[in-house]
Amino acid sequence: MEHMQENLILTSLLIIPIIGSVLVLFFHEEQKKIIRWFGFIISIIAFIISLIAYNQYNPAEPQFQLIHKVLWIKSLNISYHVGIDGISLILILLTTFLTPLTLLSTWKAIDKNVKMFTFSMLLLEAGMLGVFMSLDIFLFYIFWEAMLIPMYFIIGIWGGERRIYASIKFFLYTMFGSLLMLIAIIWLAVYASSQTGMFTTNLIDLYKVGPTITREIQNWMFLAFFLSFAIKVPIFPLHTWLPDAHVEAPTAGSVILAGVLLKMGTYGLVRFCLPLFPQAAVHYASFISILAVIGIIYGALVSMVQPDMKKLVAYSSVSHLGFVVLGIFAMTVESTQGAIIQMVNHGLSTGALFLLVGVLYERTHHREIEYYGGIAKIVPVYSTLLMIVSLSSIGLPGLNGFVGEFLILLGSFKSQVLNSWWYTIFAATGVIFAAVYLLWMYQRVVFGEVKNVNLFQELTDMNARELLVLLPIILMIVWIGIYPSTFLKLTEVSVQTILQNVSINTFDFLK
Amino acid sequence: MPANTSEYLMIMPFIFLGSTILFSIIIEISIKKSEEILPWLSIISFFIVALYSLLNINNHAMLFNGMMQVGGKSAIFNFIFNLGAMLITISSIDYIKKYGTYYGEYYILIQSSVLGMMIMAGSNDLIMIFLGLELMSICFYILAGINRKKLTANEASMKYFLLGAFATGFIVYGIALIYGAAGSTNISILISNFSNLLTNIIFVTGFILFLIGFSFKIAAVPFHMWVPDVYQGSATTVTGLMSTTGKTAAFSVLIIALTAIFTLNSPNNFRNYFAVISTLSMLLGSIVAISQNNLKRMLAYSSIAHAGYMTIGLAAGNIDSIAGIIFYLAAYTFINIGAFSIISIVEGENDSHIDIDSFSGLNSKSPVLAALMSLFMFALAGIPPLAGFFGKYYVFVGAIESGLTWLAIVGVLSSVISVYFYLRVVVFMYFKEPVQNFQVEISPYALTSVIISSALVLIFGIMPDILMNIITSVIKL
Repeated sequence: MEHMQENLILTSLLIIPIIGSVLVLFFHEEQKKIIRWFGFIISIIAFIISLIAYNQYNPAEPQFQLIHKVLWIKSLNISYHVGIDGISLILILLTTFLTPLTLLSTWKAIDKNVKMFTFSMLLLEAGMLGVFMSLDIFLFYIFWEAMLIPMYFIIGIWGGERRIYASIKFFLYTMFGSLLMLIAIIWLAVYASSQTGMFTTNLIDLYKVGPTITREIQNWMFLAFFLSFAIKVPIFPLHTWLPDAHVEAPTAGSVILAGVLLKMGTYGLVRFCLPLFPQAAVHYASFISILAVIGIIYGALVSMVQPDMKKLVAYSSVSHLGFVVLGIFAMTVESTQGAIIQMVNHGLSTGALFLLVGVLYERTHHREIEYYGGIAKIVPVYSTLLMIVSLSSIGLPGLNGFVGEFLILLGSFKSQVLNSWWYTIFAATGVIFAAVYLLWMYQRVVFGEVKNVNLFQELTDMNARELLVLLPIILMIVWIGIYPSTFLKLTEVSVQTILQNVSINTFDFLK
Repeated sequence: MPANTSEYLMIMPFIFLGSTILFSIIIEISIKKSEEILPWLSIISFFIVALYSLLNINNHAMLFNGMMQVGGKSAIFNFIFNLGAMLITISSIDYIKKYGTYYGEYYILIQSSVLGMMIMAGSNDLIMIFLGLELMSICFYILAGINRKKLTANEASMKYFLLGAFATGFIVYGIALIYGAAGSTNISILISNFSNLLTNIIFVTGFILFLIGFSFKIAAVPFHMWVPDVYQGSATTVTGLMSTTGKTAAFSVLIIALTAIFTLNSPNNFRNYFAVISTLSMLLGSIVAISQNNLKRMLAYSSIAHAGYMTIGLAAGNIDSIAGIIFYLAAYTFINIGAFSIISIVEGENDSHIDIDSFSGLNSKSPVLAALMSLFMFALAGIPPLAGFFGKYYVFVGAIESGLTWLAIVGVLSSVISVYFYLRVVVFMYFKEPVQNFQVEISPYALTSVIISSALVLIFGIMPDILMNIITSVIKL
């Protein structure tokens, strides 16, 4: 018997937003201001707790840390089992960092049903944190599914015109993938009970069991998990829900969707697909990398022709996440490290881009690029911020985007698993395309003459609250760009552990 | 007759409910204000029987020379029947008054049908199964048409009666053949000889007829034709009772009949049969429900689909899957009673306000009802951590243990389909503005029943062990 491990820090991190969301229900609908402050403060408390967790975490240890384990469902041997390694930690920090900023950004934009919005956002935060810290695959599944509901309401209630279509599409796509994953989870647990005599969904035990599954079945299991994560990421042919969801969601929804929700897919690939089914992962690596590269180029090309700024940013996500997937399946320490830092980068940069598009939209209710032009003269501060964020998304050296993309390209170039330069060569064109679509958008929106005279009345520069939302993000963008080792150090040992596990099990067919 | 006092104590639930029925009849004919008394009498006696069954769950015994068994599985079923009937009775108090369909026999029929279900779940003899089934079904035929001034209710009642009698014919003929082949109707004897009897073609034919009859009662495809019309036409509370406890009772008989397969490792010769009806029910139920605009009809098709998921457990036929079915039945009972109670609150006269349009903008009319209805819809769709999810999960675990992974995959695919129409209700309640201008008068009684159901759905979802431990402790009995 393993002893019960108790470290309550992660549990309190998880429970704070849940308690907050329940308490919100006791306010009156009219007390909008109090509700907004309350939600903001709760999410700040969560952020502070996550910083304490960061402080307690020892990045030199390869094991999961800060574990809290309590038996939950005895009949199925399922535990409430949370713990983190560096990869989880960095994404938890991203979540708790973005949530208060997102809540703050909605103070003006969301005026209808504020109570329910704050309730949904806090519940969503709890769900996302739960996904990143679960060490029981069943618990993971519960959070993975449960967090669909608040997001569904966020898109459906506060979204744009086609919100119902977008919200249902989002829900059905994710549900389709995840239910197949559920079957794979059950199959895995039943298999574990035939191997070890214990029906278990404990991830740490399953890491030992997974690689012993025969190749053919492992391939199926891998595909079931992969499909679920690939829909979430989204990887190229499964991405069609994303533009709809992004365009229809309110700004806050888009920020959380791009910033954190998509990362759950890539996180799942690293946490489950690679270590549980290493042989299958190596087997499919080149196929998936091809899809990733197609995604990089396709997303960039489609972004280029979008007349709608929000849609442009949405498609750029497909491109950027292609890099992450390529980095993961190149399976070198550099590329995987790059992929993880790129997840954070994408969360920051794309989140910030959505926020900035939202700032314009709040003032003019237009998102079409054509509507604007020459706004540099009207809103200089805004234009500067948009420049910095765009450059970060493009991958300018000195800003965060460069670090991630560079590491991914470097790692995939020398990857033994992929064993070909072509992936890197094609992926690198994505960086160029990113410069094209973002700078071109920037030029059309910000520079030139002011063609639309309405803009003079409608546009005002950033106010203090909006600056307060964006400046922390920009600070992080510069920090990662200049001194990435703060973050790379955090994940290095964890990444090495996962990749070692993969290479031990695939030793024989990697030559 | 029972030999001593302790055996009398064991059959107390039956005696108690039986006397309540007789007592209710006397009240109905002798007291003018019986409509004020009968519901409360029913509620109290259902509650007492539910509690008594739960407390005596481990007192397992055979009574009446092996005709009846008490305790164990049957006690769990009694708990589900009585709690379900109690919740339905609470919702009925205002519903029945509101539509002027108060007849004293309404409550007496509910009591009698519950007695019938208890006999079914506790029977250890084919004859007792038949007696219980008839007691339950005949009450349901009348209850379906309790609103005798309404055309749809009459149609529902007539259709249910004709098709129900037809299915009963199958069951009786099946029992006759089984008796002919085995020389006994006692289930313990049949179970111990099950493997030998399976070589006897007459027995197999009889058993299949028996299974077909009960496939009809659980509303599995292709024996589902009666379900949509009956569920739609009957009074909403009656539909709530039929679709939940009625289905549970039919499943309890199937579980008794298949005991040999899931405990004694007798070969599961009927796996293909159950796998086929399960696949058909899940897919047909989920696909047809998409196009339904009447909520009761939609829930009828959803009920067909759920029968399909539960039948996966019968196809798997191992201990885990049977425990899963019982859990699923309990979860489904409380979810569906909650959903039907909400429909009965919103419903207006003459079947108005039961289409999905009437639910649009419900959130602005009554946030509480909208929130609870969403809870039930998410639970039916199987979103964790709600009771409906664990029902499916346990059944799928059983299926995969038996190597029926493909059936579990069909199950999840049809779940995805079903998510669409459950979400559609949520879409109408939250994302659309009200189209019909009517006030929702919330009956405090019905709301109480809805809140109790939702609490159970949440408790069984967050702590499924509470129920599952009880089920697994008695499943082998």
